[in-house]
Amino acid sequence: MTTRSDHFEVILAGTGGQGLILSGILLAEAAILEGKNVVQTQSYGIASRGGLSLAEVIIDTEEIIFQQVQRPDCILALTEEATRKYEGWAAKGVPILYDSTLANARTAPNFTGYAFTQTASDLGNEMSVNILALGTVAAKTGVVRMETLEQMIRKRFKGTAVEMNLKVLAAGRDLTAR
Amino acid sequence: MQGNHAIAEGAIYAGARFYAGYPITPSSEIAEECSRKLPKLGGVYIQMEDEIASIAAVIGASLAGAKSFTATSGPGFSLMQENLGLAVMGEVPCVVVDVQRAGPSTGLATRPAQSDIMQIRWGRHGDQSVIALCPSSVKECFTLTVTAFNFAERYRVPVVLMPDEIVGHMRENVEVPAPGELEVVDRKRPAGPPADYKPFKADEDGVAPLAAYGGEYVFHVSSSMHGLDGYSNNDPANAAWRVKQLHEKIDRHRDEIVLTKRFGTDDADVLLVTLGATTRSGRAAAIEARRQGVKAGVLQLQTVWPFPDREVAELGRRAKMIVVPEMNYSGQIAGEVRKAVGPDVDLRQVNRYNGTIITPQDILAVMLGAK
Repeated sequence: MTTRSDHFEVILAGTGGQGLILSGILLAEAAILEGKNVVQTQSYGIASRGGLSLAEVIIDTEEIIFQQVQRPDCILALTEEATRKYEGWAAKGVPILYDSTLANARTAPNFTGYAFTQTASDLGNEMSVNILALGTVAAKTGVVRMETLEQMIRKRFKGTAVEMNLKVLAAGRDLTAR
Repeated sequence: MQGNHAIAEGAIYAGARFYAGYPITPSSEIAEECSRKLPKLGGVYIQMEDEIASIAAVIGASLAGAKSFTATSGPGFSLMQENLGLAVMGEVPCVVVDVQRAGPSTGLATRPAQSDIMQIRWGRHGDQSVIALCPSSVKECFTLTVTAFNFAERYRVPVVLMPDEIVGHMRENVEVPAPGELEVVDRKRPAGPPADYKPFKADEDGVAPLAAYGGEYVFHVSSSMHGLDGYSNNDPANAAWRVKQLHEKIDRHRDEIVLTKRFGTDDADVLLVTLGATTRSGRAAAIEARRQGVKAGVLQLQTVWPFPDREVAELGRRAKMIVVPEMNYSGQIAGEVRKAVGPDVDLRQVNRYNGTIITPQDILAVMLGAK
């Protein structure tokens, strides 16, 4: 899998309320901090909870012209619906990290299941699944450094939420070490 | 920074200190940012009961001397039309941001469109004209907002900034211009004795100085036909002069107002005419077309109204084919392009009206496909 490249595209997909757009923003801001150009876009429905919701992030050392993902380098899918929407990419060699708590198991190449929601819940806050999965995506792809994401979390959150999210981010990273 | 935040920041940079609005997706982040920032700058943020009241408050605040604006989307923009007509007739500088979403009516609240183009131009009854600018990036959200205020102030006219949802909600890294880096224009103020002040007596540039309510210049602004002093006047000669002047003050400054950007148009056999987010699809398509041996270029319309007809004609008549991608069914830009280049040019349309984005592949298929 890509560790460093000049152009990187990721889709973070799930359901409304999981916080994936925030994950996309944190990833994009971390990349800016590392001196890259970024474009982050999103797509969601009219409900504040439920329905397909996704963030796209493109990171490049050059100007980013078209703002949408054309050929993802990695896809995160936190629901069965999201996994189904993007599963065709796996056959084209795109790694798909899916939530094995909420999506059915996939055995085909390029699918990796992680119990994101279960792990977040075990750590005390199911709502932090977005940060957990972000840690996994970052660790798996190496597109931004973990320390930069930690910096963004310190900037974005306040009080006890900082420590909680740092803990969850590290747990997400550690999922890849299995 | 997000496009909508850049619009709020650009407005503040331009000197805007009054925002009245009614939040609506996909424009709400502009209201949010203004509610946080304007009070700290000694400005005013008011959430009004609806969009009719919002634009009314903006007009009042502008006449009281504040650079004022509001932001909305299609359904709210429809409600603002009547008072926007008042702003045209009263020559009240103001900026209205219409973050375009898919309609008709309340349509698809969270999805993009470029289908308010004609409403922006013709939404008011009567014969009138406004200026409209359309950003394609977060950076342009900032800079074109500053330009929008400058045009509003310089020409005493409402200016509509018309990002689509993609651009409004997109985040990109941008360097915020330093104070003084971008020009900021303030409206002309009257200088003579207050008793002699006539709020509609234009200077040589076609624009009259505007006093502020609450000062020593007492003046009248009416939506009905009025003379130099602002009071009702039904004389046909006066009416003809008024209507002409409202158009002329824009027409004669047309070359300063019409802003376009060109990407690889010098030798282009295929000209893409684009606005907003489809500029980015178009640029990506043009690069890929050149890779395949087709000389394609992009003319981006930063100013949509007044329409850049001369620029389109100049490049379009040189091209073998023009392609117009736009997120609407009816080809609102394509129609204007056709008017500019005449009936003989091979003009092709790429239209999306389902709330999804036009991709470079969509454009390439039309550009490279058989006629």
